[in-house]
Amino acid sequence: MKPQLNIFKNIDKTVLFLFLALVLMGWFNIYAAEVTDDRHSIFDLNQNYGKQFVFILTSLVIATTILMLDAKVFPTFSWILYGFFLVMLVGVLFFGTEINATKAWFRFGSFAIQPSEFAKYATALALASYISQVKSRTIDFPTRIKPFIILGVPAFLVFLQKDMGTTLVFASLSLMLFREGYIGFRLLITGFLAIALFVLTLIINEFIIIGAMAAITFFTAFIIRKKKTELVQLVALFVLLSGYVYSVDYAYENLLEPHQKLRIEVLIDENADLRGAGYNLHQSKIAIGSGGFWGKGYMQGTQTKFNFVPEQATDFIFCTVGEEWGFLGSIVVIALFLWLLIRLVILAERQRSVFTRVFGYCVASLMFFHFTVNIGMTIGLVPVIGIPLPFLSYGGSSLWGFTLMIFTFLKLDSKRLEML
Amino acid sequence: MHLNRPSDFHSSRKVVIIGFFLITGLIFLVQLFHIQVVDPAYKLSASSNVLRHLTDYPARGLIYDRNGELLVYNEARYDLMVIPQQVRDIDTTAFCDLLNIDPAVFESRLLQARRHSPFRASVFERQISKNTFAAFQEKLFRFPGFFVQPRTLREYTYPIAAHTFGYVGEAGPSVISNDPYYRPGDYIGISGIEKAYEEELRGKKGVRIRMVDALNRDIGPYQQGRFDTIATAGKDIYTTLDAELQIYGETLMQNKRGSIVAIEPSTGEILALVSSPSYEPGLLVGRVRTRNYRMLQNDTLKPLFNRALMAQYPPGSVFKVVNTLVALQEGVVDLSTRYSCSGAYYAGPITIRCRDHPNPVDVFSSIKHSCNSFSSVAFRNILDRPHFENMQEAFNTWRRHVGSFGFGSIFGSDLPYELSGLVATSDYYDRLYGTRGWRSLTIISLGIGQGEIGTTPIQLANLSATVANRGIYYTPHVVKGIGDPDSSIDLNRLPNVTTIDAEHFNVMAEAMHRVVSDGTGRFSLIPGIEMAGKTGTVQNPHGENHSVFIAFAPVDNPQIAISVVVENAGYGSTWAAPIASLMIEKYLNREVNRTWFEQRILDANFLTPQP
Ligand SMILES: [Zn+2]
Repeated sequence: MKPQLNIFKNIDKTVLFLFLALVLMGWFNIYAAEVTDDRHSIFDLNQNYGKQFVFILTSLVIATTILMLDAKVFPTFSWILYGFFLVMLVGVLFFGTEINATKAWFRFGSFAIQPSEFAKYATALALASYISQVKSRTIDFPTRIKPFIILGVPAFLVFLQKDMGTTLVFASLSLMLFREGYIGFRLLITGFLAIALFVLTLIINEFIIIGAMAAITFFTAFIIRKKKTELVQLVALFVLLSGYVYSVDYAYENLLEPHQKLRIEVLIDENADLRGAGYNLHQSKIAIGSGGFWGKGYMQGTQTKFNFVPEQATDFIFCTVGEEWGFLGSIVVIALFLWLLIRLVILAERQRSVFTRVFGYCVASLMFFHFTVNIGMTIGLVPVIGIPLPFLSYGGSSLWGFTLMIFTFLKLDSKRLEML
Repeated sequence: MHLNRPSDFHSSRKVVIIGFFLITGLIFLVQLFHIQVVDPAYKLSASSNVLRHLTDYPARGLIYDRNGELLVYNEARYDLMVIPQQVRDIDTTAFCDLLNIDPAVFESRLLQARRHSPFRASVFERQISKNTFAAFQEKLFRFPGFFVQPRTLREYTYPIAAHTFGYVGEAGPSVISNDPYYRPGDYIGISGIEKAYEEELRGKKGVRIRMVDALNRDIGPYQQGRFDTIATAGKDIYTTLDAELQIYGETLMQNKRGSIVAIEPSTGEILALVSSPSYEPGLLVGRVRTRNYRMLQNDTLKPLFNRALMAQYPPGSVFKVVNTLVALQEGVVDLSTRYSCSGAYYAGPITIRCRDHPNPVDVFSSIKHSCNSFSSVAFRNILDRPHFENMQEAFNTWRRHVGSFGFGSIFGSDLPYELSGLVATSDYYDRLYGTRGWRSLTIISLGIGQGEIGTTPIQLANLSATVANRGIYYTPHVVKGIGDPDSSIDLNRLPNVTTIDAEHFNVMAEAMHRVVSDGTGRFSLIPGIEMAGKTGTVQNPHGENHSVFIAFAPVDNPQIAISVVVENAGYGSTWAAPIASLMIEKYLNREVNRTWFEQRILDANFLTPQP
């Protein structure tokens, strides 16, 4: 094979454009959120926006390197990478540095690296590798359970780091498993039902829910009273769901830390913790809300700059977007993300190689989860779980992680005619 | 298309997945439209309005004396604050005239504040006068970015007890980084009661969030004060001090170096804690504090040094009280024991001189005349008894008795910065002389309270209280109530029991009574008050001897126990004993009748070199 001179040959330009657009928007917004004095240059390396510039440059180096690699290395090395990052995740538990109560970082001088961001990438490769070698037409139980183990092990290690957000991120890979047939519609609906019941349990007294379910069960039983087997199944379902509702309530009351409980309570009632989590959420909403339809204009935000909004450059970067660019700017950011997600799905579906398709769906699933939870929490739809907004949030590990994923997928896609 | 793989059968599911994406995006847009366009709750009336977090500093708790007299209170002052980012279009000349500062100073302070944070409030000028405050209030709208923050400063009823009260200052960088409660500019107790009871005294800050318009006008609370927190006032502290006695003690100690510690024996409550020279507590308040502190620090008389708790002296002859009690307890002397004293104690190469007194001496007359020979013999007899296997065992027995009086350790109640004093260990002598290289004669000076022993004035006062209580003491402390005067702190209420039986203390109390009635302390006899005491003259290799006296009264129902140390003043009977007797007279009679006696003390000056 001749050495590839034009590394951008066959690279999907839409994804490339969306990537660059989001990364640049992130950098300018971090500057707007953090700059304290117009005399500071956006390249000032002592400031977060200057550091972000370095992160962006490095991510471009990473992107170019990946595009120059032979596409076959990804399936070849996926298990080695997966194993390597599992070791790193164990290592961080022993030798890591604790930042913000999360023991997830390796520290090198003033920089800190979070192996869990790269573990997501390695897990996606490993899943793609596993699923692409399944040859049988029907998926038997051992085959079906293995992908859950592959993503469950790193998720558990991240959970041990006390990093709830990233642990949940791994669960988002079930979207890919749904596409690949490892999760059926029934399981998907059950999952939704479980989430719906979970939310309801937190809002309403658990006995009211169980009572309502009993009423429905009784009513349904009356209709199908002649069908013996269905009747038994119905009662079993009722017992199962009641048990679930009761245990959710028990877990919420007894197992969650007070601060975790408050994060959920403020979603239901903004007044629940006015001086703590409620205050943060309220300030976040004010920052976004005060942007109005047109926004206050670039660098004209007051709420984010007065430090009322916590972690304004990392997890709450969307506040700056909302405040300074208004509803219009919010639409643009959301549209860009939706465009990117849908484009990823379209690209994944056009693959002949199962490996590439599964990997593409992994990237889309992970990004979708980050997008949903991050923006959802700033506008009060999701509990405050500290995970970054891809490409926009300040931070090297997150940016590098997503750059790896996007460009690996672009590289694989560019060789779709050669990959099988 | 290659549909030979099982999972390809599910390609239609992409529609469901894209549906998820679109529904999520749609929900976000609806919610964003709601909070950004529809709902007015998330608007700050006008886009130029800003929020200002005003801190409500609660009044710091007051400090009272044991009789409910107010000793430390607060006075309102105002700090001029600035938020650099909001400073614009200011008439600098008018501003500087109002504050009476140089435009260059204005610029540099603004720069400093900006460096700290452009968005958070910094102190621009501390504690502006009431006139400046009034002038500012009128013209504040002309100076956007500036506002006035009310604060309180400490005021003192009397210029007394500076060491005990301690002082308040701004929290330093290390405090701020370790305790999230404190922000730059906040006050914190730095020493004394102010430090020991900081959390009780400070209360809890409150925060009010106000909306301010573009003209620097306060246009009301943000969201009807939903996010405000109410400040909680600090709790008052009721001390055990008797203000009148404290004032009197400080007056008596003027122009002297030393200390007075007076304790109520039945409770351990400290009635007066005098360290001299001292300083006016008001010197360490507000913006003059740093300058004055430096001045006091450089003062060669060391007024910041709390001698009552931190000066260590060999106890000298007052320690004969302890040694005699140990001798009685160990059975080496009893009431029939008589030793002869021919004006000195001779043992081999060592001679310890004594004074002229009737011979021979028993327990009572040895204390009464402070006989060095009796104490030396008794001390050696304690250590040289044959049933001890070695010198170490003997010494440790003696040391355990001494330790039970509180010597060699701190009381650790609420007293600021105590020193533990020093009682040498057998290890120390082993290292110095070798395990078999020391005998009772080697350490004979301990018998008369000299040598490897250091005691603090409060430990000596506690010794006096222990004899007054006939063998027990209550940990000395300066605070008796927090929040209300009756909430006595039980912590200090458990009696500490010495290793000596009460019967021996009865003997000692009577012996000390005779010291005052016709012994070394008879010069300080108070008409109408039965007082017990013991004089001490501490050898000082650096100059004139220290004058020491411990006492308690009345003998049969002790109300006060006291120690007095006057450095470089000579005999205990000449200076320390009269001061103790005046303090006791003042406390028990509430007035002093021996005016010439009092005047002699007031006139005495041991600070300026005598001609
Ligand atoms: Zn003698």
